[in-house]
Amino acid sequence: MSVAIRVIPCLDVANGEVVKGVNFKNLRVMGDPVELAMSYFADGADEITFLDVSATVEDRSTMYDVVARTAEVVFIPLTVGGGVRRVDDVSRLLASGADKISVNSAAIARPELLDEISRKFGSQVLVLSLDIKRADHTPSGFAVTTHGGRQLTDRDALEWTREAIDRGIGELLVNSIDADGTKTGFDLQLIREIRDLSSVPVIASGGAGSVEHFAPAVEAGADALLAASIFHSREVAIAEVKSELAAHGYAVR
Amino acid sequence: MTKPHVAVFDYGIGNIHSAVKAVERAGATVELTRDKKKCAEADGLLVPGVGAFAAVMQALNEADGGEIIERRVAGGRPVLGICVGMQIMFDRGVEHGIDTEGLGQWPGVVHQLEAPILPHMGWNTVDAPADSALFRGIRDERFYFVHSYAATEWSLDVIRPFPEPHVTWARHGQRFIAAVENGPLSATQFHPEKSGEAGIALLGNWLGTL
Repeated sequence: MSVAIRVIPCLDVANGEVVKGVNFKNLRVMGDPVELAMSYFADGADEITFLDVSATVEDRSTMYDVVARTAEVVFIPLTVGGGVRRVDDVSRLLASGADKISVNSAAIARPELLDEISRKFGSQVLVLSLDIKRADHTPSGFAVTTHGGRQLTDRDALEWTREAIDRGIGELLVNSIDADGTKTGFDLQLIREIRDLSSVPVIASGGAGSVEHFAPAVEAGADALLAASIFHSREVAIAEVKSELAAHGYAVR
Repeated sequence: MTKPHVAVFDYGIGNIHSAVKAVERAGATVELTRDKKKCAEADGLLVPGVGAFAAVMQALNEADGGEIIERRVAGGRPVLGICVGMQIMFDRGVEHGIDTEGLGQWPGVVHQLEAPILPHMGWNTVDAPADSALFRGIRDERFYFVHSYAATEWSLDVIRPFPEPHVTWARHGQRFIAAVENGPLSATQFHPEKSGEAGIALLGNWLGTL
Protein backbone atom coordinates (compact mmCIF):
# COMPACT_ATOMS: atom_id res chain seq x y z
CA MET A 1 0.00 0.00 0.00
CA SER A 2 1.50 3.25 -1.07
CA VAL A 3 0.51 6.36 -2.87
CA ALA A 4 0.46 5.87 -6.65
CA ILE A 5 2.84 7.57 -9.07
CA ARG A 6 0.76 10.26 -10.76
CA VAL A 7 0.71 10.79 -14.51
CA ILE A 8 -0.26 14.35 -15.40
CA PRO A 9 -0.95 15.76 -18.85
CA CYS A 10 -0.17 19.46 -19.06
CA LEU A 11 -2.20 21.68 -21.33
CA ASP A 12 -0.53 24.94 -22.31
CA VAL A 13 -3.37 27.38 -22.83
CA ALA A 14 -3.28 30.76 -24.55
CA ASN A 15 -6.42 32.83 -24.94
CA GLY A 16 -8.64 29.79 -24.27
CA GLU A 17 -6.89 27.41 -26.72
CA VAL A 18 -4.39 24.63 -26.07
CA VAL A 19 -0.95 25.26 -27.55
CA LYS A 20 2.41 23.57 -27.17
CA GLY A 21 5.73 24.48 -28.65
CA VAL A 22 9.20 23.05 -28.73
CA ASN A 23 11.40 24.82 -26.17
CA PHE A 24 8.47 27.13 -25.52
CA LYS A 25 8.87 28.81 -28.93
CA ASN A 26 6.72 28.56 -32.05
CA LEU A 27 3.52 27.85 -30.15
CA ARG A 28 0.92 26.10 -32.25
CA VAL A 29 -2.76 25.57 -31.49
CA MET A 30 -3.87 22.05 -30.60
CA GLY A 31 -7.51 22.27 -29.46
CA ASP A 32 -10.11 23.06 -26.83
CA PRO A 33 -8.75 22.71 -23.26
CA VAL A 34 -12.04 21.53 -21.72
CA GLU A 35 -12.50 18.80 -24.34
CA LEU A 36 -8.89 17.67 -24.00
CA ALA A 37 -9.16 17.64 -20.20
CA MET A 38 -12.31 15.50 -20.44
CA SER A 39 -10.63 13.03 -22.73
CA TYR A 40 -7.60 12.77 -20.41
CA PHE A 41 -9.93 12.24 -17.44
CA ALA A 42 -11.57 9.38 -19.36
CA ASP A 43 -8.11 8.00 -20.27
CA GLY A 44 -7.09 7.73 -16.61
CA ALA A 45 -5.02 10.89 -16.03
CA ASP A 46 -4.39 11.35 -12.30
CA GLU A 47 -4.48 15.14 -12.46
CA ILE A 48 -4.70 17.83 -15.11
CA THR A 49 -2.45 20.87 -15.28
CA PHE A 50 -3.32 24.03 -17.20
CA LEU A 51 -0.46 26.40 -17.85
CA ASP A 52 -1.62 29.80 -19.05
CA VAL A 53 0.89 31.06 -21.59
CA SER A 54 -1.22 34.01 -22.74
CA ALA A 55 0.76 37.04 -23.73
CA THR A 56 -1.53 39.62 -22.18
CA VAL A 57 -3.61 40.05 -19.03
CA GLU A 58 -6.78 40.36 -21.17
CA ASP A 59 -6.15 37.00 -22.82
CA ARG A 60 -5.46 35.51 -19.40
CA SER A 61 -8.93 36.35 -18.09
CA THR A 62 -10.36 33.64 -20.37
CA MET A 63 -8.66 31.11 -18.08
CA TYR A 64 -11.24 31.52 -15.30
CA ASP A 65 -13.97 30.37 -17.65
CA VAL A 66 -11.88 27.44 -18.92
CA VAL A 67 -11.16 26.36 -15.31
CA ALA A 68 -14.82 26.64 -14.28
CA ARG A 69 -16.07 24.63 -17.25
CA THR A 70 -13.40 21.96 -16.71
CA ALA A 71 -14.11 21.58 -12.99
CA GLU A 72 -17.75 20.87 -13.79
CA VAL A 73 -16.98 17.78 -15.85
CA VAL A 74 -13.55 16.54 -14.74
CA PHE A 75 -13.46 14.90 -11.29
CA ILE A 76 -9.73 14.77 -10.69
CA PRO A 77 -7.46 17.51 -9.30
CA LEU A 78 -6.86 20.51 -11.50
CA THR A 79 -3.72 22.63 -11.20
CA VAL A 80 -3.52 26.02 -12.86
CA GLY A 81 -0.39 28.08 -13.40
CA GLY A 82 0.95 30.87 -15.54
CA GLY A 83 0.75 34.54 -14.74
CA VAL A 84 -0.15 34.09 -11.07
CA ARG A 85 1.19 37.24 -9.42
CA ARG A 86 -1.00 38.08 -6.45
CA VAL A 87 -2.97 36.41 -3.69
CA ASP A 88 -6.10 37.69 -5.46
CA ASP A 89 -5.20 35.69 -8.60
CA VAL A 90 -5.02 32.56 -6.46
CA SER A 91 -8.30 33.36 -4.77
CA ARG A 92 -10.05 33.81 -8.10
CA LEU A 93 -8.62 30.62 -9.65
CA LEU A 94 -9.60 28.56 -6.60
CA ALA A 95 -13.08 30.06 -6.69
CA SER A 96 -13.31 29.09 -10.36
CA GLY A 97 -12.66 25.44 -9.45
CA ALA A 98 -8.88 24.98 -9.46
CA ASP A 99 -7.47 22.73 -6.70
CA LYS A 100 -3.84 23.78 -6.88
CA ILE A 101 -2.09 26.87 -8.17
CA SER A 102 1.42 26.91 -9.52
CA VAL A 103 3.56 29.99 -9.11
CA ASN A 104 6.78 30.69 -10.97
CA SER A 105 8.28 34.04 -11.98
CA ALA A 106 6.27 36.15 -9.55
CA ALA A 107 7.70 34.23 -6.58
CA ILE A 108 11.25 34.75 -7.83
CA ALA A 109 10.59 38.48 -8.06
CA ARG A 110 8.93 38.53 -4.63
CA PRO A 111 9.42 35.33 -2.57
CA GLU A 112 7.03 36.53 0.18
CA LEU A 113 4.20 35.72 -2.24
CA LEU A 114 4.73 32.05 -1.33
CA ASP A 115 4.27 32.74 2.41
CA GLU A 116 1.16 34.80 1.71
CA ILE A 117 -0.50 32.11 -0.42
CA SER A 118 0.36 29.20 1.87
CA ARG A 119 -0.78 31.11 4.97
CA LYS A 120 -4.09 32.04 3.40
CA PHE A 121 -5.01 28.85 1.54
CA GLY A 122 -2.70 26.17 2.96
CA SER A 123 0.41 24.53 1.52
CA GLN A 124 -1.67 21.92 -0.28
CA VAL A 125 -2.82 24.43 -2.92
CA LEU A 126 0.62 25.84 -3.64
CA VAL A 127 2.89 24.36 -6.30
CA LEU A 128 6.23 26.02 -7.02
CA SER A 129 6.94 25.73 -10.71
CA LEU A 130 10.64 25.74 -11.49
CA ASP A 131 12.05 26.23 -14.99
CA ILE A 132 15.62 25.08 -14.49
CA LYS A 133 18.60 25.35 -16.82
CA ARG A 134 22.14 24.10 -16.41
CA ALA A 135 24.48 27.05 -15.89
CA ASP A 136 28.06 27.77 -14.83
CA HIS A 137 27.30 30.76 -12.65
CA THR A 138 25.49 29.02 -9.77
CA PRO A 139 26.99 26.73 -7.07
CA SER A 140 24.84 23.69 -7.98
CA GLY A 141 25.27 24.11 -11.73
CA PHE A 142 21.52 24.62 -12.06
CA ALA A 143 19.96 28.07 -12.40
CA VAL A 144 16.39 29.27 -12.22
CA THR A 145 14.94 30.83 -15.36
CA THR A 146 11.85 32.97 -15.82
CA HIS A 147 9.48 33.74 -18.66
CA GLY A 148 9.18 30.15 -19.80
CA GLY A 149 12.92 29.57 -19.82
CA ARG A 150 13.82 32.61 -21.87
CA GLN A 151 15.45 34.62 -19.06
CA LEU A 152 18.24 33.20 -16.96
CA THR A 153 18.45 34.49 -13.38
CA ASP A 154 21.29 34.54 -10.82
CA ARG A 155 19.36 32.25 -8.51
CA ASP A 156 20.71 28.81 -7.77
CA ALA A 157 17.92 26.32 -8.46
CA LEU A 158 18.58 24.10 -5.44
CA GLU A 159 19.00 27.01 -3.05
CA TRP A 160 15.73 28.52 -4.31
CA THR A 161 13.98 25.17 -3.90
CA ARG A 162 15.08 24.98 -0.24
CA GLU A 163 13.90 28.53 0.41
CA ALA A 164 10.52 27.90 -1.24
CA ILE A 165 9.93 24.77 0.87
CA ASP A 166 10.67 26.83 3.99
CA ARG A 167 8.15 29.40 2.78
CA GLY A 168 5.42 26.77 2.77
CA ILE A 169 4.97 25.36 -0.73
CA GLY A 170 3.22 21.99 -0.93
CA GLU A 171 4.69 20.59 -4.12
CA LEU A 172 7.44 21.17 -6.70
CA LEU A 173 6.99 21.11 -10.46
CA VAL A 174 10.51 20.66 -11.76
CA ASN A 175 10.76 21.49 -15.44
CA SER A 176 14.08 21.07 -17.18
CA ILE A 177 14.44 23.77 -19.81
CA ASP A 178 17.41 21.85 -21.25
CA ALA A 179 15.28 18.72 -21.75
CA ASP A 180 11.96 20.41 -22.56
CA GLY A 181 10.88 19.67 -26.11
CA THR A 182 13.89 17.48 -26.86
CA LYS A 183 12.01 14.17 -26.38
CA THR A 184 15.24 12.58 -25.15
CA GLY A 185 14.01 11.81 -21.63
CA PHE A 186 13.69 13.57 -18.29
CA ASP A 187 16.74 15.24 -16.70
CA LEU A 188 17.46 12.48 -14.18
CA GLN A 189 20.33 14.22 -12.43
CA LEU A 190 18.17 17.27 -11.80
CA ILE A 191 15.34 15.12 -10.40
CA ARG A 192 17.78 13.31 -8.09
CA GLU A 193 19.24 16.53 -6.73
CA ILE A 194 15.83 18.06 -6.09
CA ARG A 195 14.53 14.83 -4.52
CA ASP A 196 17.49 14.72 -2.14
CA LEU A 197 16.63 18.07 -0.63
CA SER A 198 12.84 18.07 -0.91
CA SER A 199 10.36 17.04 1.78
CA VAL A 200 7.41 17.82 -0.53
CA PRO A 201 6.23 15.82 -3.56
CA VAL A 202 8.20 16.33 -6.79
CA ILE A 203 6.63 16.42 -10.25
CA ALA A 204 9.17 15.82 -13.02
CA SER A 205 8.62 17.64 -16.29
CA GLY A 206 10.39 18.20 -19.58
CA GLY A 207 11.85 15.78 -22.07
CA ALA A 208 9.40 12.86 -22.19
CA GLY A 209 9.65 11.44 -25.71
CA SER A 210 8.70 7.80 -25.34
CA VAL A 211 7.01 5.47 -22.89
CA GLU A 212 10.40 4.18 -21.71
CA HIS A 213 11.35 7.61 -20.36
CA PHE A 214 8.91 7.58 -17.43
CA ALA A 215 10.14 4.78 -15.15
CA PRO A 216 13.72 6.16 -14.89
CA ALA A 217 12.30 9.48 -13.65
CA VAL A 218 10.47 7.64 -10.86
CA GLU A 219 13.67 5.73 -10.08
CA ALA A 220 15.40 9.13 -9.80
CA GLY A 221 12.82 10.21 -7.21
CA ALA A 222 9.80 11.74 -8.96
CA ASP A 223 6.40 11.33 -7.27
CA ALA A 224 4.56 12.44 -10.38
CA LEU A 225 5.33 12.78 -14.09
CA LEU A 226 4.12 15.59 -16.28
CA ALA A 227 4.16 15.70 -20.06
CA ALA A 228 2.39 17.61 -22.80
CA SER A 229 3.09 17.11 -26.49
CA ILE A 230 3.72 13.37 -26.24
CA PHE A 231 0.16 12.95 -24.95
CA HIS A 232 -1.51 15.57 -27.15
CA SER A 233 -0.02 14.11 -30.33
CA ARG A 234 -1.27 10.64 -29.27
CA GLU A 235 2.25 9.24 -29.57
CA VAL A 236 1.88 7.76 -26.09
CA ALA A 237 -1.34 7.11 -24.14
CA ILE A 238 -1.69 7.68 -20.39
CA ALA A 239 -2.58 3.98 -20.00
CA GLU A 240 0.68 2.94 -21.70
CA VAL A 241 2.70 5.00 -19.23
CA LYS A 242 0.81 3.39 -16.34
CA SER A 243 1.45 -0.12 -17.70
CA GLU A 244 5.12 0.69 -18.13
CA LEU A 245 5.39 1.98 -14.55
CA ALA A 246 3.49 -1.03 -13.19
CA ALA A 247 5.85 -3.33 -15.11
CA HIS A 248 8.71 -1.67 -13.19
CA GLY A 249 6.97 -2.38 -9.90
CA TYR A 250 5.63 1.11 -9.23
CA ALA A 251 2.13 1.61 -7.84
CA VAL A 252 -0.23 3.26 -10.32
CA ARG A 253 -3.93 3.97 -10.27
CA MET B 1 -38.10 8.16 -7.45
CA THR B 2 -37.24 11.69 -6.45
CA LYS B 3 -33.58 12.56 -6.08
CA PRO B 4 -32.23 13.20 -2.58
CA HIS B 5 -31.52 16.85 -1.82
CA VAL B 6 -28.09 17.76 -0.51
CA ALA B 7 -27.00 21.04 1.02
CA VAL B 8 -23.30 21.78 0.52
CA PHE B 9 -22.36 23.92 3.51
CA ASP B 10 -21.02 27.19 2.10
CA TYR B 11 -19.20 28.68 5.07
CA GLY B 12 -16.49 30.33 3.02
CA ILE B 13 -13.93 27.52 2.86
CA GLY B 14 -13.45 24.55 0.59
CA ASN B 15 -13.41 23.44 -3.02
CA ILE B 16 -17.15 23.84 -3.23
CA HIS B 17 -17.42 24.03 -7.01
CA SER B 18 -16.28 20.44 -7.56
CA ALA B 19 -18.19 19.09 -4.56
CA VAL B 20 -21.47 20.46 -5.93
CA LYS B 21 -20.91 19.04 -9.40
CA ALA B 22 -19.74 15.64 -8.13
CA VAL B 23 -22.75 15.20 -5.82
CA GLU B 24 -25.03 16.20 -8.70
CA ARG B 25 -23.30 13.65 -10.91
CA ALA B 26 -23.82 11.04 -8.18
CA GLY B 27 -27.56 11.63 -8.39
CA ALA B 28 -28.71 14.39 -6.04
CA THR B 29 -30.10 17.87 -6.36
CA VAL B 30 -27.61 20.18 -4.68
CA GLU B 31 -27.83 23.57 -3.10
CA LEU B 32 -24.87 25.65 -1.98
CA THR B 33 -25.98 27.39 1.20
CA ARG B 34 -25.14 28.56 4.70
CA ASP B 35 -28.78 29.12 5.61
CA LYS B 36 -29.48 27.29 8.88
CA LYS B 37 -32.97 26.18 7.93
CA LYS B 38 -31.89 24.87 4.52
CA CYS B 39 -28.90 23.08 6.06
CA ALA B 40 -31.20 21.54 8.67
CA GLU B 41 -33.89 20.43 6.24
CA ALA B 42 -31.81 18.95 3.40
CA ASP B 43 -31.72 15.14 3.17
CA GLY B 44 -27.96 15.30 3.49
CA LEU B 45 -25.45 17.97 4.55
CA LEU B 46 -22.00 17.95 2.99
CA VAL B 47 -19.26 19.76 4.93
CA PRO B 48 -16.22 20.51 2.74
CA GLY B 49 -12.97 21.90 4.09
CA VAL B 50 -9.44 22.68 2.97
CA GLY B 51 -6.57 24.61 4.50
CA ALA B 52 -5.66 25.03 8.13
CA PHE B 53 -7.71 23.37 10.91
CA ALA B 54 -7.86 26.64 12.88
CA ALA B 55 -9.04 28.67 9.87
CA VAL B 56 -11.70 26.10 9.04
CA MET B 57 -12.96 26.04 12.65
CA GLN B 58 -13.10 29.82 12.76
CA ALA B 59 -15.13 30.03 9.55
CA LEU B 60 -17.35 27.17 10.71
CA ASN B 61 -18.02 28.87 14.05
CA GLU B 62 -18.87 32.16 12.35
CA ALA B 63 -21.52 30.30 10.34
CA ASP B 64 -22.84 28.41 13.42
CA GLY B 65 -21.56 25.22 11.79
CA GLY B 66 -21.11 23.39 15.07
CA GLU B 67 -24.74 23.88 16.02
CA ILE B 68 -26.02 22.94 12.55
CA ILE B 69 -23.99 19.72 12.51
CA GLU B 70 -24.77 18.86 16.15
CA ARG B 71 -28.51 19.20 15.60
CA ARG B 72 -28.50 17.11 12.44
CA VAL B 73 -26.46 14.33 14.05
CA ALA B 74 -28.65 14.36 17.19
CA GLY B 75 -31.71 14.03 14.97
CA GLY B 76 -30.19 11.18 12.97
CA ARG B 77 -29.91 13.31 9.81
CA PRO B 78 -26.92 12.45 7.60
CA VAL B 79 -23.80 14.62 7.44
CA LEU B 80 -20.70 13.94 5.30
CA GLY B 81 -17.44 15.73 6.12
CA ILE B 82 -14.64 15.87 3.54
CA CYS B 83 -10.90 16.36 4.23
CA VAL B 84 -10.58 19.09 6.88
CA GLY B 85 -14.38 18.79 7.03
CA MET B 86 -13.65 15.36 8.53
CA GLN B 87 -10.77 16.47 10.75
CA ILE B 88 -12.87 19.07 12.58
CA MET B 89 -15.27 16.32 13.73
CA PHE B 90 -12.54 15.21 16.18
CA ASP B 91 -11.79 16.77 19.58
CA ARG B 92 -8.76 18.81 18.56
CA GLY B 93 -6.36 19.62 15.76
CA VAL B 94 -2.70 20.49 16.28
CA GLU B 95 -0.94 22.29 13.41
CA HIS B 96 2.37 24.18 13.70
CA GLY B 97 2.02 23.97 17.50
CA ILE B 98 -1.41 25.61 17.40
CA ASP B 99 -3.90 23.48 19.31
CA THR B 100 -7.47 24.16 18.14
CA GLU B 101 -10.67 22.79 19.55
CA GLY B 102 -12.73 20.81 17.04
CA LEU B 103 -16.41 19.90 17.12
CA GLY B 104 -15.74 16.90 19.36
CA GLN B 105 -18.13 14.53 17.62
CA TRP B 106 -15.37 11.93 17.89
CA PRO B 107 -12.57 11.56 20.45
CA GLY B 108 -9.01 12.07 19.27
CA VAL B 109 -6.48 14.55 18.01
CA VAL B 110 -5.64 15.39 14.40
CA HIS B 111 -1.88 15.81 14.11
CA GLN B 112 0.89 15.84 11.52
CA LEU B 113 1.58 12.50 9.89
CA GLU B 114 5.03 11.01 10.42
CA ALA B 115 6.11 10.51 6.83
CA PRO B 116 9.22 11.40 4.79
CA ILE B 117 7.20 13.29 2.18
CA LEU B 118 4.35 15.65 3.08
CA PRO B 119 1.72 16.58 2.08
CA HIS B 120 0.39 13.08 1.44
CA MET B 121 -0.67 13.96 -2.08
CA GLY B 122 -2.14 11.58 -4.60
CA TRP B 123 -4.09 8.38 -5.10
CA ASN B 124 -3.89 5.83 -2.33
CA THR B 125 -5.55 2.55 -1.42
CA VAL B 126 -7.85 2.20 1.57
CA ASP B 127 -8.73 -0.67 3.86
CA ALA B 128 -12.51 -0.53 4.33
CA PRO B 129 -14.55 -2.89 6.51
CA ALA B 130 -16.48 -5.46 4.46
CA ASP B 131 -19.87 -4.19 5.66
CA SER B 132 -19.13 -0.50 4.97
CA ALA B 133 -22.02 1.29 3.28
CA LEU B 134 -19.82 4.04 1.78
CA PHE B 135 -17.51 1.57 0.04
CA ARG B 136 -20.21 -0.90 -1.01
CA GLY B 137 -19.36 -2.35 -4.41
CA ILE B 138 -16.10 -0.38 -4.57
CA ARG B 139 -13.08 -2.67 -4.51
CA ASP B 140 -9.42 -2.17 -5.44
CA GLU B 141 -9.94 1.51 -6.18
CA ARG B 142 -7.71 4.38 -5.17
CA PHE B 143 -8.88 7.72 -3.77
CA TYR B 144 -7.30 11.17 -3.99
CA PHE B 145 -5.73 12.47 -0.79
CA VAL B 146 -4.10 15.81 -0.13
CA HIS B 147 -3.29 16.49 3.52
CA SER B 148 -0.43 16.56 6.01
CA TYR B 149 -2.52 15.98 9.13
CA ALA B 150 -4.78 13.11 10.15
CA ALA B 151 -6.31 11.22 13.04
CA THR B 152 -4.32 8.06 13.68
CA GLU B 153 -6.32 6.54 16.52
CA TRP B 154 -9.94 5.57 16.90
CA SER B 155 -11.22 5.29 20.45
CA LEU B 156 -14.96 5.93 20.37
CA ASP B 157 -16.80 3.82 22.92
CA VAL B 158 -20.17 2.98 21.45
CA ILE B 159 -22.99 2.26 23.83
CA ARG B 160 -25.54 -0.28 22.67
CA PRO B 161 -28.01 -0.19 20.96
CA PHE B 162 -26.02 2.18 18.73
CA PRO B 163 -24.22 0.28 15.96
CA GLU B 164 -20.43 -0.03 15.89
CA PRO B 165 -18.93 2.60 13.61
CA HIS B 166 -17.12 1.55 10.44
CA VAL B 167 -13.58 2.89 10.30
CA THR B 168 -11.58 2.78 7.06
CA TRP B 169 -7.79 3.06 7.26
CA ALA B 170 -5.04 4.13 4.88
CA ARG B 171 -1.27 4.40 5.20
CA HIS B 172 1.26 7.13 4.43
CA GLY B 173 4.30 6.85 6.67
CA GLN B 174 1.91 5.67 9.34
CA ARG B 175 -1.63 4.31 9.53
CA PHE B 176 -4.36 6.94 9.64
CA ILE B 177 -8.14 7.16 9.46
CA ALA B 178 -9.30 7.51 5.84
CA ALA B 179 -13.06 7.39 6.49
CA VAL B 180 -15.57 6.98 9.29
CA GLU B 181 -19.21 5.91 9.19
CA ASN B 182 -20.77 6.52 12.59
CA GLY B 183 -24.57 6.47 12.39
CA PRO B 184 -25.69 9.65 10.60
CA LEU B 185 -22.19 11.16 10.70
CA SER B 186 -19.79 10.06 7.95
CA ALA B 187 -16.55 11.56 6.76
CA THR B 188 -13.64 10.96 4.41
CA GLN B 189 -10.07 12.23 4.69
CA PHE B 190 -9.71 11.86 0.91
CA HIS B 191 -11.63 13.92 -1.65
CA PRO B 192 -14.39 11.78 -3.25
CA GLU B 193 -15.24 14.74 -5.49
CA LYS B 194 -11.68 14.53 -6.91
CA SER B 195 -11.42 10.74 -7.00
CA GLY B 196 -12.82 10.12 -10.46
CA GLU B 197 -15.50 7.48 -10.98
CA ALA B 198 -14.65 5.71 -7.70
CA GLY B 199 -15.35 8.94 -5.83
CA ILE B 200 -18.65 9.47 -7.64
CA ALA B 201 -19.60 5.86 -6.75
CA LEU B 202 -18.81 6.52 -3.09
CA LEU B 203 -20.91 9.71 -3.10
CA GLY B 204 -23.68 7.67 -4.74
CA ASN B 205 -23.45 5.17 -1.88
CA TRP B 206 -23.77 7.99 0.62
CA LEU B 207 -26.81 9.35 -1.24
CA GLY B 208 -28.26 5.84 -0.99
CA THR B 209 -28.23 6.14 2.81
CA LEU B 210 -30.20 9.41 2.85
